[in-house]
Amino acid sequence: MNKIVMGLNGNEAIAFAVKQCDVDVVSAYPITPQTIIVEKFSEFIADGEVKCSFIPVESEHSALSVCVGAAALGARTFTATSSQGLALMWEMLYIASGLRLPIVMAIVNRALSAPINIHCDHSDSMGCRDSCWIQIYCEDAQEAYDAVIQAFKIAEHEDVQLPVMVTIDGFTISHTLQRVEVLPDDVVKRFVGVRKPVEIEIPGMGKVPMILDPENPLTFGSLDLYDYYFEHKVQQHEAIEKSRPVIRKINDEYYEISGRRYGDGFIDGYGLEDAEVAVIVLGSTAGTVRSIVKKLRNKGKKVGVLRLRTFRPFPYREIVDALKDVEVIGVMDRSGAYGGIGGPVYVETLAAFYNSKRKPKIINYIYGLGGRDTPPALIEKMFEELPKLEGGEVKFLGVR
Amino acid sequence: MLSELRSWKEIPIGGVAWKLSTENKTGDWSPFKPRIDQTKCTKCLICWILCPDMAIEWDGEKVHEKHDYCKGCGVCANECPVKCISMVRG
Repeated sequence: MNKIVMGLNGNEAIAFAVKQCDVDVVSAYPITPQTIIVEKFSEFIADGEVKCSFIPVESEHSALSVCVGAAALGARTFTATSSQGLALMWEMLYIASGLRLPIVMAIVNRALSAPINIHCDHSDSMGCRDSCWIQIYCEDAQEAYDAVIQAFKIAEHEDVQLPVMVTIDGFTISHTLQRVEVLPDDVVKRFVGVRKPVEIEIPGMGKVPMILDPENPLTFGSLDLYDYYFEHKVQQHEAIEKSRPVIRKINDEYYEISGRRYGDGFIDGYGLEDAEVAVIVLGSTAGTVRSIVKKLRNKGKKVGVLRLRTFRPFPYREIVDALKDVEVIGVMDRSGAYGGIGGPVYVETLAAFYNSKRKPKIINYIYGLGGRDTPPALIEKMFEELPKLEGGEVKFLGVR
Repeated sequence: MLSELRSWKEIPIGGVAWKLSTENKTGDWSPFKPRIDQTKCTKCLICWILCPDMAIEWDGEKVHEKHDYCKGCGVCANECPVKCISMVRG
């Protein structure tokens, strides 16, 4: 195995991965804490390390619009944003997935205004829940590097053809220097290959690549009313379902070239074999929870942690299966749940168990909003408290 | 156009159109249509160039109105330098 170790923060790790993935078009607009990704990437272009069109634009709405156009031409495209920038892309998110364009976007999670805040929570990307983008939440800079490489392969898979978001926690991952093992350029290049547009059947034209091409002119984005809109949305539903085996397979294939894999691609458990109490968590906090689980297990406590890696598609079968003997589940949500039953991960988890035979007690912990620190002591208190609860509570962890 | 509706398995993904746009006749909702007085027309082709919907056809000898696609905007009549195009109801 070729081992090259670099000191990179999460943003630099993403930029490095994008550089190796032979991307054709990058368009972006700066926003804290994402800026370093495209700043670093533009340096790679200026230094002649990568051949790619970098298109600076006047807003995030335009950045994703450029990616939509470029991807429709058959280009491999990438963009990155955070918080308000993602909010401004809202309209284009649905266009990218609706037109079935395999764009990869890095989201450096940051709280949404108001009040204005630059630090991490997941309210930005959780808001895109139903936009039909695949979402991969990374735990550290290493995974950010690995997930971006996997993301292009997942997005461009012939059964999928959907955009993918790779998210990292703002500052905690994005700005923290970490040890990152990178692969040689040629290994990554071979792994991701060249984007091959899917072929579609057009009467009178036969099978043609689904790209904008004057030789085989196609109409993208035309009016689609009550007669066919529904059918196109069912196709998207089918595509994201079909991404499940693809995510699993690419996680395994990536292991072959790197020696690294992330659970089954969807969830990554620790201590779940005999756990009575388990916590579901995503993002950088998973590492803190895992350290507490190790500490408590050393004391003989039957506790475990399930790190959720993909929120879309949501691995409901995998979660129910992994937690089949757990009695109490704490679900950590780093975004608000205004007027709902609980946070987004909690609600999905409840729904997953509603259709299973077992009904564990499930409690929601909303934590870390606006970058509020979640220290190990707080996690330890949560594990102490969990067995005493009824189930159904929504708790705010670390609020005064 | 939609006499034979297809299922989601039978259509291209991404909402890509699988029929020619000319099959979809879009000119039925305009109250006014252009009528070209061929005796006054100088064949300058300004109407042919400016029509936003390619509803003016040039066959090499004459310009024709294609009412099946005309939305009745009146750009052709307004811009015609010899005023040989009138917008008529119907």
